[in-house]
Amino acid sequence: MKLIFERSKPGHALTILPPLDVERTALPAALLRESAPMLPELSETELSRHYTELNKQVYGVNDGFYPLGSCTMKYNPRVDEEMAALPGFTGIHPLAPKTATEGCRKVLELAASLLEEISGMDAMTFEPAAGAHGEFTGVLLIKQYHDARGDSARRKIIVPDSAHGTNPATAAMCGYEVINIASGEDGCVDLESLKAALGPDTAGLMLTNPNTVGLFDPNILEITRLVHEAGGLCYYDGANLNAIMGHVRPGDMGFDCVHMNLHKTFATPHGGGGPGAGAVGCKVFLAPYLPKSAMLDEPGHCQVRSFAGNFLVVVRALTYILTLGREGIPQASETAVLNANYLMKGLREIFTPAFDRLCMHEFVLDLSDYKKETGVSALDVAKGLIDFGIHPPTMYFPLIVHEALMLEPTETESRETLDEVAEIFRKVAELGREDPEYLHTAPHKAPIGRPDEVAAARSPILRA
Amino acid sequence: MGHFLPSSPEERQKMLEALGLSSARELYRDVPDSVLLNGLLNLPEGLSELAVAEKMRGLAAENKQYKRILRGAGAYDHYIPSIVRYIPSKEEFLTAYTPYQAEISQGVLQSIFEYQTMICELTGMEVSNASVYDGATAAAEAAGMCKNRKRSVTLVSETVNPEVINVMRTYLYGAGTELKVVPAKDGRTDAEALKEMLSAETASFCFQQPNFFGQFEDAEKFIAAVKEAGAMVIMHCNPIALGLMKSPGELGADIAVGEGQPLGMPLAYGGPYLGFMATTKKYMRSLPGRIVGQTADADGNRAFVLSLQAREQHIRREKASSNICSNEALCAMTAGLYLAAMGPAGLKEVASQCLSKAHYLAAELAKVPGVSLAYSGEFFHEFVTVMPKAQEVLAALDGAGILGGLPVEGGLLWCVTEKASKADLDETVRIVKEVLA
Amino acid sequence: MEFPTNLQYSQSHEWVMEEDGIMIVGISDFAQHELGDVVFVNLPEVGDEVTAGEPFGDVESVKAVSDLVSPVTGVVCAVNEELLDSPELLNEAPYESWIIKVENVEAMEELLSAAAYADYCETEA
Repeated sequence: MKLIFERSKPGHALTILPPLDVERTALPAALLRESAPMLPELSETELSRHYTELNKQVYGVNDGFYPLGSCTMKYNPRVDEEMAALPGFTGIHPLAPKTATEGCRKVLELAASLLEEISGMDAMTFEPAAGAHGEFTGVLLIKQYHDARGDSARRKIIVPDSAHGTNPATAAMCGYEVINIASGEDGCVDLESLKAALGPDTAGLMLTNPNTVGLFDPNILEITRLVHEAGGLCYYDGANLNAIMGHVRPGDMGFDCVHMNLHKTFATPHGGGGPGAGAVGCKVFLAPYLPKSAMLDEPGHCQVRSFAGNFLVVVRALTYILTLGREGIPQASETAVLNANYLMKGLREIFTPAFDRLCMHEFVLDLSDYKKETGVSALDVAKGLIDFGIHPPTMYFPLIVHEALMLEPTETESRETLDEVAEIFRKVAELGREDPEYLHTAPHKAPIGRPDEVAAARSPILRA
Repeated sequence: MGHFLPSSPEERQKMLEALGLSSARELYRDVPDSVLLNGLLNLPEGLSELAVAEKMRGLAAENKQYKRILRGAGAYDHYIPSIVRYIPSKEEFLTAYTPYQAEISQGVLQSIFEYQTMICELTGMEVSNASVYDGATAAAEAAGMCKNRKRSVTLVSETVNPEVINVMRTYLYGAGTELKVVPAKDGRTDAEALKEMLSAETASFCFQQPNFFGQFEDAEKFIAAVKEAGAMVIMHCNPIALGLMKSPGELGADIAVGEGQPLGMPLAYGGPYLGFMATTKKYMRSLPGRIVGQTADADGNRAFVLSLQAREQHIRREKASSNICSNEALCAMTAGLYLAAMGPAGLKEVASQCLSKAHYLAAELAKVPGVSLAYSGEFFHEFVTVMPKAQEVLAALDGAGILGGLPVEGGLLWCVTEKASKADLDETVRIVKEVLA
Repeated sequence: MEFPTNLQYSQSHEWVMEEDGIMIVGISDFAQHELGDVVFVNLPEVGDEVTAGEPFGDVESVKAVSDLVSPVTGVVCAVNEELLDSPELLNEAPYESWIIKVENVEAMEELLSAAAYADYCETEA
């Protein structure tokens, strides 16, 4: 389709502003830009059609099954959107006097108290704007804690090899050396590797539980005990919190700080990549190190984002938590786990689960054998699913499983959908045996075929 | 009470039975008994949609909505065209994940590609990323791009927004390198002090245009000196002001960053906002975050993909220059949409109206006995006044539904956008006069 | 797969050729094959010190990045800047596309002959 610049015609415009009602001020020539920015000129109808056409080439949560493992693509309730659009929230200046922002501050306080209860933490910040930003904030808590004690020997953060790339990248951003430890054959933390990595130089451990292969690590209490014994702290990556809400809490597992992805677990929309919110909670001894806004709160603290973070995302998440309440929260998680196990059972005969046992909210398929048999890769299968109206699962992650497809159905799918999905996977698997070439070149029914990513990276075209 | 499960308890029980389980609790058998919760959490009972909406509306009602906001300091009350409010709420744009699957994400990818193009045009730079969290983190990420083993010290002007300085300091603390603040003189960067602070260890210098006090920095005066010292120049700029003022590209900056909130995002008590980042081709591969690139599919159709991914955390892990993953994609699309809705003439006019109205208010306030402007330089849409009884003035304005200037060291920092009419501004001046009379 | 006999090879799949006391380093046919389409090469600068067994740069494919490991210790005296614009040369002609030249060589890894390296690749594949 056309680029917005290709639709531009001189003189087309919207009528937005009234005439200026005071004397026009001119800037000295030395301050003025020399060339005008090339922005498109469109009428409102042209603009509307352009974006409507773009919107049709986007697959949203309501377009169908969206089992993107580790991303928790659950239904985003409409009422949450309506609440986030209330002028009483959208029109509030962050630096308005406290008397004028009672409501906003109550939203943050209430959301904090509910999330503290869900995570088993004592204090909370909403400054982080995304999950990785929350990780950064959490590891900064650990760093400040050790620094305040003058414990400068602690230079290493331990990360399992199954972790998201954000974990090691975060530790490196905080100036730490990353110690990757191998997972055991069961996909969980290998206790011997952990023990070998621990020492007086250990600053902390970053872990998600359930882990990235969808298993709850049964040794979790031993793991956090070992880290604490070595003088390190434990950071909980909340990417997979949707499995356990109301059933077990990171705080009770021995974690000292945690981030929660409000845009995953608490049903706020992903917006095609953001905005999210990565609320960070911690135990009381880390609370003094939580970030604060220099202007909104007080200067002299660490701060990871301006003002109070992605406030409207918190409004949505609060609406969601208040809707579900004490019974709905655990019910959401157990249904997510139930759906994942039910779907894994349906797919077990078609593709090989990487770990064939009770899973949590997601599971990983290993297509290595299937690829050997048919030449069809996990990528080909994923692209083939597109033609059946399904968003592909997460591909080639975690790195410890070859030809991985990672599925997270979430709780907002029905049994019928899960049965249909299993049937579609069966069809695609058969297609790969009968006509592998068809899958090598899939998708065939999407707006475009497979894009040439090599050309895109070798000769980057990054603007019109 | 409320839930979003498309299944009944009976259906779920049957699914459990199909798995050979009798209760949901058995799903959690890997959880050690000592930490498996026995009762319910201490959360309130769930609410119906009607009840939750009432509750949230009640909270919103506890905020005060001003009829006119004359305060900026990093969050700006611009008019948001109706279409700019409406399009980002379309549910496909709203609910999609990051466009990893390019074939079914062309709409998101193209909207970002168009945004990147417009940011390049606005800043006069060659390459833009797909956004970072906000203007403060954009500056912090930019500082991270500039430093290396040989050059580890980052300089920032005291006239940069304190929120931005604090976030930069935090990021640099993480990395274990130093941030030094260059002092201000008459509300602008002290160029002489800056020159003395430059050294062979200086990685970059960051300044804001217009600066925190609304003043235009005499950027040409110090950019050459920074470059001569072998350091990089980071320009933190207001995107509306770029409708008029000399762009970072024209000034020779290496990295342009800024807060994109004025481009169609509501004040929203601080977020979601948008950090924009653009640089020259030379530093393209050091940019953090996602970047959308153009390519073609097998049939030669134009196609867009997430490009240059080997820079990013999911591939480079601990060697990545940033850990950023989720960004502010929907806000980036909103900004592109805003710029398209305004067009080249509209953007210039918004900027000109902000400039003109701010100068009108400044001039009228300065006529009030006892009131003066704190700084003498050229300014855009913010300025600082010195006046007695500032708190009483703010209270009186508040009573009239007007949010007055922000108390800062040295006075009140006012901001006027295109939304304020002459009548609003005259009313403001009248109230100030009354209090000071 | 080709393994020219006039070159020596490291276990991390770089090739080395000596020319008047200067060591020329590239990546092997096996390496480029395993990497897939190379889209970018991060090169060191002339004057940088490199250490045997340590990374001196990396090569990027679309979905992966791999360290370039120096087989020698010394000082970089030339880098092949052509690769910046045409990284595909590493795929098309790996033995003609040298990456760096190193002088003042102080130490070297134990290198393999073409035959030994061919056997080694056999076990790696």
